[in-house]
Amino acid sequence: MLRRALQPSMCRCLSTRGLSARRGGSTLDWGGKVSEIKKKIRSALPGGSWDAPYDTSHLPPEHADVVIVGGGVIGLSVAYWLKRLEGRRGAIRVLVVERDHTYSQASSVLSVGGIRQQFSVPENIQLSLFSADFLRNINDYLAVVDDPPVDLQFNPSGYLLLASEKGAAVMESNVKVQRQEGAKVCLMSPEQLRNKFPWINTEGVALASYGMEDEGWFDPWSLLQGLRRKVQSMGVLFCQGEVTRFVSSSNRMEDASGEEVILKRIHEVHVKMDHSLEYQPVECAIVINTAGAWSGQIAELAGIGKGPPGTLQGTRLPVEPRKRYVYIWHCPQGPGLETPLVADTSGAYFRREGLGNNYLGSRSPTEEEEPDPGNLEVDHSFFQEKMWPHLARRVPAFETLEVRSAWAGYYDYNTFDQNGVVGPHPLVLNMYFATGFSGHGLQQAPAVGRAVAELVLKGSFQTINLSPFSFSRFYLGEKVQEASVS
Amino acid sequence: LSSPLPQSLCLVVPVWNSSTRGVHDLSRMVGPKGNQRKRRTLVQFLGDHFYDVQALREYFFRKQALKVQLENRSFLSIKNQYGPYITGAFFILKQGGAVKFQGEEWIRPSGRGHFSLDFLKFQAVPVEAVDASGCALNYNGLDNLLPLKELQSLWLQRCPHVDDWCLSHLHPLADSLQELSLAGCPRISERGLACLHHFQNLRRLDISDLPAVSNPSLIQILVEEMLPNCKVLGANWAQGLKLAPEEQARDAAGPVSA
Repeated sequence: MLRRALQPSMCRCLSTRGLSARRGGSTLDWGGKVSEIKKKIRSALPGGSWDAPYDTSHLPPEHADVVIVGGGVIGLSVAYWLKRLEGRRGAIRVLVVERDHTYSQASSVLSVGGIRQQFSVPENIQLSLFSADFLRNINDYLAVVDDPPVDLQFNPSGYLLLASEKGAAVMESNVKVQRQEGAKVCLMSPEQLRNKFPWINTEGVALASYGMEDEGWFDPWSLLQGLRRKVQSMGVLFCQGEVTRFVSSSNRMEDASGEEVILKRIHEVHVKMDHSLEYQPVECAIVINTAGAWSGQIAELAGIGKGPPGTLQGTRLPVEPRKRYVYIWHCPQGPGLETPLVADTSGAYFRREGLGNNYLGSRSPTEEEEPDPGNLEVDHSFFQEKMWPHLARRVPAFETLEVRSAWAGYYDYNTFDQNGVVGPHPLVLNMYFATGFSGHGLQQAPAVGRAVAELVLKGSFQTINLSPFSFSRFYLGEKVQEASVS
Repeated sequence: LSSPLPQSLCLVVPVWNSSTRGVHDLSRMVGPKGNQRKRRTLVQFLGDHFYDVQALREYFFRKQALKVQLENRSFLSIKNQYGPYITGAFFILKQGGAVKFQGEEWIRPSGRGHFSLDFLKFQAVPVEAVDASGCALNYNGLDNLLPLKELQSLWLQRCPHVDDWCLSHLHPLADSLQELSLAGCPRISERGLACLHHFQNLRRLDISDLPAVSNPSLIQILVEEMLPNCKVLGANWAQGLKLAPEEQARDAAGPVSA
């Protein structure tokens, strides 16, 4: 035995190459171990691989616990709640990857900024109620020591939804659900409408629902900046880059009936830098898809929807960008200071903007009229032909108006049932969704952020149960649709 | 002598340059550069460099907000035992305000905050007027006042936590309220004043000295249009004239006008 122990040391003196090539059966393998240690020491010394040869501080970190794809209001809200609900200070390392730090095409900042509780799905009402509570106490949540408080410029003027004969019954049942959940909404007859808002023409209106509290509109940019500032102070890492690839591993398993199921787990996210081919693989445990209008593309990168149609593997994330126009017009004799956000029976809606008799409004086009979402160019003929006649009919003062400006933004439109997708994917185990809100993402962002953070940290929803909004409903065909009132 | 550009006009472009120190700093460049070069006090300096000091500062910061919330809790046990009028009166007296029951005199706490509990016998007597001037009243605290269905006059002068949300919360009092004073509240803006249109029985409205309102004279006109039966006390018309001589003096000391 002594001879065997001596022999490796003698051979090491003769050659520096590892001995495992010559003596494959050695249990100690001193030669291999020593060369490994030598390699490590060499890399730790200056000039080795631990010290990158160039500056990498603009790249994201190599490891993160949670990677949030998309830094809009929903992504920042998830980051905020993850940091707020973590058990220990600094327990979770969160990285927010946002492609465009100027937010030039982000839905969050191009939004009209309204918040209402007048939905028909109870979960939507609860989400909106919590978000109103969050916005009301925003400085209790988002205040940072030494920085000025967040001013959302909230207008508590409420929403006024108008219903024709056809939609009156649906509106009544909706209001009943809303009041059950705790929203302060009241029903008004055409007579009461004329008394309260004399500038409305109540022709064709059978019933109206008016939100008295917790409804109105605010400045989405202030909310975004407030969240961003707070989230940075809590230690969330930001990166400007684009997610180009997910590196994942698959596992074949069998379900109860013996059918084969392929479960995937994402291990790395490749983040590509702007105007460059440089990318950084970020090793992560959980990926949260809050990319808004582009969530469908991110889901495709993860392999969601690549499979035979009709199976769970072949079910895509049905979220796509849809362009919506917002117009600002000036009307000197228009409705006064008390004007709520009025949503007409035709789908056109408007609200006041500022003190100078300017108004802001929009309308969702029908499926046939959907504009091309390739760019954010505004089509002014849409206002002339499809919006103005309805506005002028509902508010006679709007017959003499002058369009001042317009912009366009994207809805992260859920083509399945126009409500959000929240929760993990059944097959890609560590990808969570919080997207597809189709126009009411901003008003539900604080509550959705908390729900996703609870799901990630605790494993289940604790405050608002959003299981009706899971991904599996696309495969099972269970639509959670808003009962529209028109 | 040229005056330096006001700091709010410095545009900051989030580019990589020698002064950014990595991933964190790139995204911190969202505000004017001037903010980062402000002089830091000792406590702020320590807070920047030590996690413990930072946590301690955040704790004290949050404690201030918690104090206000504690003062505005809802007194359910008192409500169940004595009814809504006594609850509202007790809440206001505890905050340091004054209360007037129908047919009685004003009840005010002493300078040190003590008040007698004689009013407990007025269980069935509605509260007519509430003077909450200077009290730390907020949205949740107003819940104690909303059951006072016969409240005719409400004075919320100089309340530091009354904001636009509180004004929208007051609509249950719309039937009875005849006098409302919001003078000097720092957080009320024209957006909150827009929800006063529910108060059609209002006869006197005081909206003077609201620092957060952008165009006081225009707002007064718009509010007068919104509430035609109400006498609105608002902007002092002479206010605009008083500022002019001061502005001229400032211009003379500054740079040559363009």
